[in-house]
Amino acid sequence: MNNILKRNKREKRFQFYGLFAVGLAIFLLLILLFKIFSTGFSAFNQTYLGVKIQIEKNVNLSELDARSVLRENIRNMFPEVVSRSDKKNLYSLFSPGAYIEFEEMLNSNNEETIDGYYYFLASDDLDMYFKGTVARQGNSAGKIKPNQMKFVDDFERMNLIKLQYNKYLLGSADSRNPEMAGILGAIYGSLFAILIAFATSFPLGILTAIYLEKLAKRNAFSDLIETNINNLAAVPSIVFGLLGLAIFLNFFELPRSASLVGGLTLGLMTLPTIVIASRSAIKSVPPSIEEASIGLGSSKIQTIFNFTLPLAMPGILTGTIIGIARAIGETAPLLMIGMVAFIVDIPQGPLDASTALPVQIFLWQDSPERAFVERTSAAIIVLLIFLFLLNITAVYLRKKLEKKW
Amino acid sequence: MTYEFLLLTIFGLATYSFFLSRKKAMALNVMDPLAVHSQPHYHGLYSAMLTITPAIILLLIWSWFENSIFKDNLEKYFSDVTDPYQLEFYVSGVKSFVAGASNTIMDHSNFSAAAEYYETSTKMSLVLKSIVAVILTLIALRHSLKLVSAKFKARDLVEDIVVKTMRYASIFAIFITLGIVLSLLFETLRFFESVAVTEFLFGTHWSPQMSIREDQVGSSGSFGAVPVFTGTLLISVIAMLVAGPIGLFSAIYLSQYASSKVRSIAKPIIEVLAGIPTVVYGFFAVITVGPFFRELGIFFEIDGFSSESALIAGSVLGIMIIPFVASLTDDSLSAVPRSLKEGSLAMGATLSETTTRVIIPASFHGIVGSFLLAFSRAIGETMIVVMAAGFAANLTANPFNAVTTVTVQIVGLLTGDQEFDSPKTLSAFALAFVLFFLTLILNIISLSIVKKFREQYE
Repeated sequence: MNNILKRNKREKRFQFYGLFAVGLAIFLLLILLFKIFSTGFSAFNQTYLGVKIQIEKNVNLSELDARSVLRENIRNMFPEVVSRSDKKNLYSLFSPGAYIEFEEMLNSNNEETIDGYYYFLASDDLDMYFKGTVARQGNSAGKIKPNQMKFVDDFERMNLIKLQYNKYLLGSADSRNPEMAGILGAIYGSLFAILIAFATSFPLGILTAIYLEKLAKRNAFSDLIETNINNLAAVPSIVFGLLGLAIFLNFFELPRSASLVGGLTLGLMTLPTIVIASRSAIKSVPPSIEEASIGLGSSKIQTIFNFTLPLAMPGILTGTIIGIARAIGETAPLLMIGMVAFIVDIPQGPLDASTALPVQIFLWQDSPERAFVERTSAAIIVLLIFLFLLNITAVYLRKKLEKKW
Repeated sequence: MTYEFLLLTIFGLATYSFFLSRKKAMALNVMDPLAVHSQPHYHGLYSAMLTITPAIILLLIWSWFENSIFKDNLEKYFSDVTDPYQLEFYVSGVKSFVAGASNTIMDHSNFSAAAEYYETSTKMSLVLKSIVAVILTLIALRHSLKLVSAKFKARDLVEDIVVKTMRYASIFAIFITLGIVLSLLFETLRFFESVAVTEFLFGTHWSPQMSIREDQVGSSGSFGAVPVFTGTLLISVIAMLVAGPIGLFSAIYLSQYASSKVRSIAKPIIEVLAGIPTVVYGFFAVITVGPFFRELGIFFEIDGFSSESALIAGSVLGIMIIPFVASLTDDSLSAVPRSLKEGSLAMGATLSETTTRVIIPASFHGIVGSFLLAFSRAIGETMIVVMAAGFAANLTANPFNAVTTVTVQIVGLLTGDQEFDSPKTLSAFALAFVLFFLTLILNIISLSIVKKFREQYE
């Protein structure tokens, strides 16, 4: 009797271990997601400072020097500021982007009188303080010095600090100033690379899969191709990066840092995944359909292209999307082919130097500025949402198009 | 006239020939459908393929010759430059200047003359090749139209081309492997010209940084890779210690205990872990796991706890490979025939006893295989260790110390300023070669184990 109780207890314990392991894995996932989302969420808003701007009508706005006019208007709000260092402290609460915003505002204005409070981009240090990421210690907060803090307090008293949507994050390329840095350039780079990866690996993958599954005779050579593809699927991604470096950059002399090279490298990396997924999709098409087609007089190739391939397409697409989703998140091979430079321009084509979204994440997390931490997380959020949408599409395709034979 | 326009013209002509031939074949069909061998669109397809091929081949050959001729001629302008790298720098400078990619006029007396030569000759070459290509295409188009007749076996020819294309496509995968092996091998052999194989494989001091002056003692750096290998091993073992138990027990729970509803929810959630990019794990290691372990280190007063310790990188790497272990092990457990499980249960064994004494022994090969696969994944993983582990190579087995891995070294050696031919850069290829073969061997072993295991129950 005692023995059975003991065994039942052991049974319960064993089951608990299993449940605990599953729970732990899910818990770790949740922690990861929670940490990323809670850190990155604040980066979608940004601190702006209000400045009272007064410009008379009939002044030719395009002739004004935006920088000095804005500084003059800022100074007018604080009549007590006279010393050079005080001025400097005051101005440095604003981002260099504030002058650009002001210039744009002047250019879009049709010689109307400007009079009122307008909001301009604040520096990253102020941004961090206002969001509460960097705590205030007495009269300073992070890099904000006591002589600057008095201005910050004044702005706060006048209620002229506010959070606005961060248009830079999704609307511009990289920058040395965290408050002006964005991921649009990286998104373009990723997009070009992925399109090229898809354009190379998808046709090649399907053709290979059809050949191996339907046309190749079973012999040593087709076995060799098969083992080779299975092994390629497990080659570390960084090795593909070295392949890209040796073949595309050193041998074919394609431009460094171009998303074309990144795309080709990622394409080679994705190829085995697509082949393996396509083969299993083709295999699952029932032979009866193919035999019916052959029986009605179609050739083998006609059967494949008219029946097998369309019926296998949902499975092939699902596998391709999963492979492409993995390629989008891949960083290491892109580091090898030099897509890791600091690039402030949005790439216009696949031959332009660019980064990719995961590489941008890697670059930002390495930056010393505190404000880059939340922006890194925000970039990760964008990447994860994109991957999530892709995977949802894959699941939807599978559910929608898959037939049970 | 640009290159794109030329290509468009050729493609346009090919499309035109498709429709022309198809129309002609349709007319044949109207006359006597039974006498026509192939359907009209096969005639069209064959005609289009025939039209496009000569021009494409011509353009490929042309650009091959063009490149080498221009390069030779450009180099003549800079004949006073002796350093090959400097020469290459000038030549590519001229090319990108003419292409409009850069505005830099380099500091050389012949630069503008070279640029002028390059600009006029590329223009000339484009015009010439456009004319020749279009003429060739038109000849091919005319010829292909003539071919259309009732007896012409266009379908057979098209299918033959398609099958050949497929065969070449599948051979391409072998070329990828060959490309990897050869490119790694060549650079590795060059590396071993300056560093002895034995020193690389058995030396215990790794510091690839070269000293600035060449006549300095030890200017060649030292390339004993043992600390790098042991670091990789340490981090991967830690990762397996995390992922092994969690993955194994998750798989056991999901395949033996969980109801199908729980299974259908929990399994995809765990697999989400596999879909998260590794750079995200790296960031997670830096902002969350690292500080957490440091707090623990201070709390337990562990000496020498490094912020780049193997423990941090290893445990995050472990989280990443949980889904690999879990799903592969799950497959193996599910592959065990029901009869074995039911037989054991019928004898009065509890489910845990059945699992540990029947199912796991029966699927042992599969589990080992999946662990090996996960281990090889851990060895080859790059971003997590680049972000969370260190670059300094320490020969230690202490998980609290900073160690480095093969992949970290490759990234460190090949990003940033790189000069080819220096042992420093070449050593990255040697490391990659070792990495490639290690993962390849692990992979072959595990695949064959899993295959044998599957065959056991078929």
